[in-house]
Amino acid sequence: MLHAFEKGADGVYVVGCLEGDCRFENGNLRARKRVEQARKILDAVGIGGERVQMYNLSSGEGPRFAEVAVEMTEQIKALGPNPLKKAKARMAA
Amino acid sequence: MSSTVKTKTPSKLEKILASGHLAVTSECGPPRGGDPEAITKKAEMLRDHVDAINITDNQTSVTRLCSLAACIHLKLMGIEATLQMVVRDRNRIALQSDILGAASFEIYNILCLSGDHQQFGDCPQGQNVFDLDSIQLIQTVRLMRDEGKFLGGDDIKRPPRMFVGAAANPFADPFEIRVPRLAKKIAAGVEFIQTQCIYNLDKFEEWMRLAQERGLTEKAYILAGVTPLKSAGMAKYMQKRVPGMDVPDDVVKRMSGVAKEKQPDEGIQICIETIQRLKEVEGVKGFHVMAIEWEEKVPYIVEQGGLYPRPDPNTL
Amino acid sequence: MIVAEKKPIEEIIEEVKDFEKILVAGCNECVTVCEAGGKKEVGVLASALRMYFMNQGKQVQIDEVTLERQCDHEYLEELRDRIDQYEAVVSLACGVGVQFLAETYFSTPVFPGVNTCFMGVTEERGVWSERCQGCGQCILGKTAGICPISRCAKRLLNGPCGGSTKGKCEISKDLDCAWQLIIDRLKELGRLDDYECIIPIKDWSTERAGGPRKVVREDVRQ
Repeated sequence: MLHAFEKGADGVYVVGCLEGDCRFENGNLRARKRVEQARKILDAVGIGGERVQMYNLSSGEGPRFAEVAVEMTEQIKALGPNPLKKAKARMAA
Repeated sequence: MSSTVKTKTPSKLEKILASGHLAVTSECGPPRGGDPEAITKKAEMLRDHVDAINITDNQTSVTRLCSLAACIHLKLMGIEATLQMVVRDRNRIALQSDILGAASFEIYNILCLSGDHQQFGDCPQGQNVFDLDSIQLIQTVRLMRDEGKFLGGDDIKRPPRMFVGAAANPFADPFEIRVPRLAKKIAAGVEFIQTQCIYNLDKFEEWMRLAQERGLTEKAYILAGVTPLKSAGMAKYMQKRVPGMDVPDDVVKRMSGVAKEKQPDEGIQICIETIQRLKEVEGVKGFHVMAIEWEEKVPYIVEQGGLYPRPDPNTL
Repeated sequence: MIVAEKKPIEEIIEEVKDFEKILVAGCNECVTVCEAGGKKEVGVLASALRMYFMNQGKQVQIDEVTLERQCDHEYLEELRDRIDQYEAVVSLACGVGVQFLAETYFSTPVFPGVNTCFMGVTEERGVWSERCQGCGQCILGKTAGICPISRCAKRLLNGPCGGSTKGKCEISKDLDCAWQLIIDRLKELGRLDDYECIIPIKDWSTERAGGPRKVVREDVRQ
């Protein structure tokens, strides 16, 4: 997750199974905790924790998946580009 | 003037107990400042009604005028003092040193305690010491007194002559070691015990019975702790929020069943009844009346409890 | 094992914000097990620091390495040929490792990335608790395998104190009363009578009080 932002991603969304339905029992719960950790780190370094989000859906929910993608895109657009992009551009100049 | 009563120390408290009288002690907390008047005033109120006054040692880990200095003030007023000493704040050097300091002012009673954790007080970030525990402190005082030696092995020039006490709580957890713990303190050398304040008389009497079965009541003088309740609120608080305190429901009910203005009197009445019932219990050798910030009621309680006038130790 | 906790990233940033070439060094042992300073945590911290500096408009090189241990010469030596490239090292090893690294690379500033807490056990993943304070004179045989020095808040050798309530310590409902545990175990072992044995005054000179300690084994020294 962090490497994605390092490389300039504006947002990252993590998708896991519905809670209680994980094939690996609780991989989705552990992932949620790590998303929370990543958020705190992103806030601390000035990137913004809202840029990473977790969603739970089942692999059969195609339309919901698309919905989430749209929602996430709108959110990220509203937040603007990853501040690192500007910073990198300034440094290169 | 010859005394028919044999004692190990010049302690007036020891003399009264050794002579077979019921003893009465009380306690005062020193002020949070340098003015001794707060303590001398309270002590004066209690002078004729108790045999010795305990001075608490930074109780609840709240920094106060030290117990030793307050005991000295009492001694200078001609009042018998009991130095409460916790092991939380002092290492073995300081503990032995303070014992000698007390002895130099002819303070003859000491109560050896662990001390509440500093987390409860005004300096929760401070260090704590616990070089010795309360039982090892009992052993230390006896070593200093009876063998005239420091812990390090050297001789003491004028050994302290202290009557050694400790606290006991018949209501604390776990119950199964309450009597073994008393036995342990006695084995360490304790000579008198002051108990936590008693509201559950049945449980206390059970503890005394078990202690007596083991012969412990012959080896140490047990003083029953009593505290008058000021209000139903206080009873409820002590029941729910104070660890090691056993306040039965019927005591709370009795306090609640009386109008607010009458509750203090009811609390005092319960205290007096407790004294009267416990006087009949085998092994109870006296009472420790704790009425912190309500010291003015102690004389009345002592009188109504049939414990007044106090015997004059000089005539025993 | 030694249990440590990650330092807040803000604290680490404050220490290293003026350097341009930083090495983040983790340790594969205790701090890996308590998830504070192993390879994963090194990766996360390094990434976070890179983003921080980039965002500040600074060009800073942040490298990562995780050594087997930082408390043994042979592993620290692995850094010998590249340490001079760096202006500072953030070591995520326990306090022992941070110091040894600093001693070994005398002219390189070293900063701690974790707070070292205690010697303890993994009760379950994510929960570590203290068991030993290294007093230097183990009495576990007398106390049914439970240490009153590390597990009693007052390190009473003849406890419990009057504050023990329903098996919990007076300072916290989440802390077991060590003496309740000892009594329970003595009972289980049929040795409750041992409770009345008075444990004598402790010799604290083998503990911190006696000064920094050393163990020397002439029979294994080369």
